[in-house]
Amino acid sequence: MKRDIIQKIGFFSLFLSILITFSFLGMIVYFIFSRGLPVISWDFLTQPPRNAMTEGGVAPVIIGTVYLTLGSMIFAVPLGLACAVYLCEYSPKSFVVNVIRISINNLAGVPSVVFGLFGLAVFVKFFGFGVSLLSGSLTLGILALPLIISASQEALIAVPYSIREASLSLGATQWQTIRRIVLPTAFPGILTGVILSIGRVAGETAPILFTAAAFYKRGYPKSIFSEVMALPYHIYALMTEGAHPDKQRAIAYGCSLILLFLVLSISGVAIFLRQQQRSYHG
Amino acid sequence: MDDSMKMCSENVNFFYGRQQALKEINLNILPNKVTAIIGPSGCGKSTFIRLLNRMNELVPHTTLTGRIYLDGQDILMPCVDPVEIRRRVGMVFQKPNPFPKNIFENISYGLEVNSIRNKRFIEERVVESLKKAALWDEVKDRLYDSALNLSGGQQQRLCIARCLAVKPEVLLFDEPCASLDPISTRKVEELILELKKDYTIAIVTHNMQQAARVSDYTGFFLLGELIEFDKTEKIFKAPEDHRTEDYITGRFG
Ligand SMILES: Nc1ncnc2c1ncn2[C@@H]1O[C@H](COP(=O)(O)OP(=O)(O)O)[C@@H](O)[C@H]1O
Ligand SMILES: [Mg+2]
Repeated sequence: MKRDIIQKIGFFSLFLSILITFSFLGMIVYFIFSRGLPVISWDFLTQPPRNAMTEGGVAPVIIGTVYLTLGSMIFAVPLGLACAVYLCEYSPKSFVVNVIRISINNLAGVPSVVFGLFGLAVFVKFFGFGVSLLSGSLTLGILALPLIISASQEALIAVPYSIREASLSLGATQWQTIRRIVLPTAFPGILTGVILSIGRVAGETAPILFTAAAFYKRGYPKSIFSEVMALPYHIYALMTEGAHPDKQRAIAYGCSLILLFLVLSISGVAIFLRQQQRSYHG
Repeated sequence: MDDSMKMCSENVNFFYGRQQALKEINLNILPNKVTAIIGPSGCGKSTFIRLLNRMNELVPHTTLTGRIYLDGQDILMPCVDPVEIRRRVGMVFQKPNPFPKNIFENISYGLEVNSIRNKRFIEERVVESLKKAALWDEVKDRLYDSALNLSGGQQQRLCIARCLAVKPEVLLFDEPCASLDPISTRKVEELILELKKDYTIAIVTHNMQQAARVSDYTGFFLLGELIEFDKTEKIFKAPEDHRTEDYITGRFG
């Protein structure tokens, strides 16, 4: 009966780990909601800040995050997709290409503050884009590139060889095969990857710290060379700067709630799409 | 080579890396006849048939020597575009491989990639191809359903229709019935006999009865060599080589 007891202890400790993990998750959601919800109102979502960030809403901050995210995708999606197509479909299976492939995967592990410094050196200073929406979008885009490339590669590899063969055997060129058969078949997988990286990019603080973000800026960004406010950086700034910590903290929780909601709903969409795909292939 | 041949291979050797898969193959494919290729697994049947439409050059690290003619023209010459050869020499694969698109698009695809844009023309050709592939009656009410919802046998006939739509001159079948039930198999066989009138056909098959039923000529492959090639009747009734006889009577294989 000793075995029985050991087994019970084993199961119990596994269950306990789940419980601990889950309670942390629950606590995060609970704290953010209980502190953030009271400040959320229609005005909070649609008005600009007033009185040195202590009143009013955060609309320009939300808009800034949306712009940065969109900007980064406009840059990263075509480039990442093109890289993935080249690596999967065109490149010879050589040593050099393998090294490139591994490097790209490693790029995904680079700390985001390093991307931030890179963006400062290259986009802000070297190209002279200044601290701007453009510099921030490009920096975030570079952060998203490896994610998009590996997600797209996975989706491309999952396309069966047999249908490429079918296309080529009909007298289609390789390019026609990629454009008309491979990419459409891989599309749901690629889209899932893109959406997940949107979720990741929207919440990043470090890459925009030196390249795009301003704590306070009157009105909405006017051009791609404007500085912008953005949710993650705004939370940081509200908690570390300014003269009214109490009032600011409430707003920071409001912002956190919005950000959490955005990111969770984005990954929710990705999970939903992935499920759809399963049923389609299954 | 002889002018009466549709296709013809001359001293063909083929290597995957260093492993030789075909040795000195000389085989003629006559116009408007069905040529069957039989032999045990791994003897090089698929490899051979895939040389006829230049599909094997997509496999990396392969070497090919010898000549392959289509209507007297050497299709291995550097000036020949493989894409053009593949349009003229169509192929139906072992496992049905429809595109994850609807039935209509599966067939119109081959026309569109060959720069045919006229909608009316495409529609007519789709219907014509489905009729020729004996699939029209089963799918005419659901042309815009996904091809993946068809049964295995229907999918294979769809693949045949897809192939017919681009009007190839030669049709290559690589074990087209390997994954089909007996009824679907019979339908595909009937279809092959029907198509013989308009096309030159080569079919790889595992199934001896199938070779006997559908083909006019038969080649027997063993370990990368063409052991015997003759009229199907001759091969099945009075083979010259004892290895052919052993295989046909089921003594090995
Ligand atoms: N892509 C490939 N790479 C390496 N070897 C291969 C490849 N395809 C086939 N072969 C080898 O070539 C030989 C002939 O194969 P195949 O033509 O497929 O035979 P069959 O169709 O008669 O069963 C086999 O020994 C097989 O292992
Ligand atoms: Mg085979």
